[in-house]
Amino acid sequence: MEILVYLIPASLFLGGLGLIAFFWALRNNQFDDPEGDRHRVLNSDWDDEPKP
Amino acid sequence: MSEIIRPRPSACPACIAAPAAEQAARARGGDATSEEGGIMLSLPTVHCGACISAVERRLLQFPGVREARVNLSLKRVTVDTDPGVRAEDLIAALAEIGYEAHELDASTLAATTVDREGRELLMRLGVSGFAMMNVMMLSFAVWAGAADATRDLFHWISALISLPAIAFSAQPFFRNAMSALRVRRLNMDVPISLAIVLAAGISLYETTQSGRHAYFDAALSLTFFLLAGRYLDHRTRVVARSAAQELAALEVPRALRIEDGEEHRVPVSELVAGDLIRVRPGGRMPADGIVVEGESEIDRSLLTGETSPVFVGPDSEVSAGEVNLTGPLTLKVTAAGEDSSLHRLADLVAVAESTKNRYTSLAERAARIYAPGVHLLAALAFVGWYVATLDLRLSINIAVSVLIITCPCALGLAVPAVVTAASGRLFRRGMLIKSSTALERLADVDTVVFDKTGTLTEGGGEPVNLERHDKETLRIALALAGVSSHPLSQALAEALQARGLTPAEVTDITELPGHGVSGRWQGRKVRLGRAEWVGAVPGETTSAWLQIGQNAPVSFAFRDHLRKGAREAIAALRAQGLEVHLISGDTAPAVARFAETIGMDNWKAAVLPEEKAAFVAGLTKKGRRVLMVGDGLNDTAALAAAHVSISPATALDAARVASDIVMLGNDLSPLGETLDTARRAKARIKENFDIATLYNMIAVPVALAGMATPLAAALAMSASSITVSLNALRVR
Repeated sequence: MEILVYLIPASLFLGGLGLIAFFWALRNNQFDDPEGDRHRVLNSDWDDEPKP
Repeated sequence: MSEIIRPRPSACPACIAAPAAEQAARARGGDATSEEGGIMLSLPTVHCGACISAVERRLLQFPGVREARVNLSLKRVTVDTDPGVRAEDLIAALAEIGYEAHELDASTLAATTVDREGRELLMRLGVSGFAMMNVMMLSFAVWAGAADATRDLFHWISALISLPAIAFSAQPFFRNAMSALRVRRLNMDVPISLAIVLAAGISLYETTQSGRHAYFDAALSLTFFLLAGRYLDHRTRVVARSAAQELAALEVPRALRIEDGEEHRVPVSELVAGDLIRVRPGGRMPADGIVVEGESEIDRSLLTGETSPVFVGPDSEVSAGEVNLTGPLTLKVTAAGEDSSLHRLADLVAVAESTKNRYTSLAERAARIYAPGVHLLAALAFVGWYVATLDLRLSINIAVSVLIITCPCALGLAVPAVVTAASGRLFRRGMLIKSSTALERLADVDTVVFDKTGTLTEGGGEPVNLERHDKETLRIALALAGVSSHPLSQALAEALQARGLTPAEVTDITELPGHGVSGRWQGRKVRLGRAEWVGAVPGETTSAWLQIGQNAPVSFAFRDHLRKGAREAIAALRAQGLEVHLISGDTAPAVARFAETIGMDNWKAAVLPEEKAAFVAGLTKKGRRVLMVGDGLNDTAALAAAHVSISPATALDAARVASDIVMLGNDLSPLGETLDTARRAKARIKENFDIATLYNMIAVPVALAGMATPLAAALAMSASSITVSLNALRVR
């Protein structure tokens, strides 16, 4: 059971990363246009090269 | 001077939010350039992925545009530009590729762009979700049989995650509960807060005593599910509010004041009696006044419901809210702001509004029974077990498990989930639900009262006797009507063009504002205009008269132009077994004729605004639940007095404010469906309450018997919340 000493912190750390990512997304207006994002994902603009 | 709102029918049902933006844009005038390099345009017709790329690509090609991003949810594009790029040019560029665009005033909309409260709720939701999942993972181990030191360790870790997470996430509930308790009242948040706090507290105590049960996961999932309900509720309100704000922003309260012979744009609030102001054709009177200079016709329909335009010249009195149709007018202000007739009517609304707030929503009624019931039950469980066993720890544990199990997860979701689903559905059909209880009230409706002008009918009119005139006459009429912006002329010209006629060769065309249009045809003078002007006797129908040379003038009679979908809407309401009334401020013959065409028997004509409200109040007194549909200032009091009210987007600001639902599209036909959806939504809400009750009926005896484990609590809570949400989705 000693493995728990590593596993629990690891799982909490990874979950925490997810939470931080969520905060980042929230602060950067990633949830402002769900309708548009739904369509943008299928958009073929900038498929070959990144947007400058 | 403010603009009249005349939204065009949108190209697709997805574009219904357009009129608001359109109006806002038009009202601003076209002289804005981007000073800070940011331009916001409303795009009422974007609706798909291809639209996004097309618009963005076109804007990025435009010199000086640095960045363009379309927001499809809001149907807007934010353009980041070099200073000096003009919004008009961007609008023209978009028009070339077939997209209608209107400039939005970024400052008026600033308040809506950042939704701080929503973001805060979402943040709390995220934190509680994260904590819930981690604690749940640890709890699984405990449920699966972890014992002794391992269990204690897991409980301690759970406590470490839960306590800060709860302290942060559950704050909205604590705050609401505190403010309710401070005024010595109970609301839904009191049992919620109590359950969360007690569950966390008792779990911490059990952990220190290395007890078997800890409810950290229950406290967190309670917080999570309830926050989800709160967030849904909040979203619905924000969407409605921002759309309503866009509508309001359409009408810019500006007036053209004449100072030393020059026109200055000033806010209407700065006008005082004695000022000279100019009102251009198409503008709305910003204040009451007397005409000093100019002749024109004015449209009083929003104030009185009359359809026929009224002639005004020097010394005529005009009231705020009337629309100037043909010629520029200079007014001397007699009453502005608070004293104007517009405001006096608005006061009527305030009075009527105060009577309306008494409606108690289903959620409130449920909370009123629920909150004391839960507390009583938990207290009884505690007392009962303590008397029976004299074991304080066990009794508290059982009381807490009763609180947790009965806690209104499902109740907290029952209403918002349904309202969100139903409002979303109605919004897609052009109905903007402004009030959170509007759907419930709409479901009760058994009588519908319509206003005529502007609600069942729309601007202009429909010429009725064209076949009585020969082709040459019609071609001359077309030539004359085509140049005027008067609504009747435009309606005439449209109808004639639709018959494939071309304008006759008329030269020297001049418009005499307030009277009509004259010109020269084959050396003879031709005139199209008011009866008095061409020397005819005015009849009782709305007509325009045409005189060719010295011949006797001939008339073009108009009948009200039925709003799209009006017939279907009334038929649908009838089919649902509702009683339909028509009350109008217009003259009796006009209303009678209209009622006949649309097939309504219950009508009243020449009704004053106060009488409209009294009529609605009278029906209410007879036990009727009245839905009022109206647009004018004369309807405002009635709108506020009714059980629930709907106004079209073209309605006057005051009318929109007074109504619970705003119809964004031009089409009336979704009305029947709206009522139907409202009834279904209410049924769903009740079902949800039943589901929640059913769960409680099973779970409460278990908890009272002291057999509820944290696992059982978690299962009951999740199962009931999920069933309730799924049931709500059936309304979509």
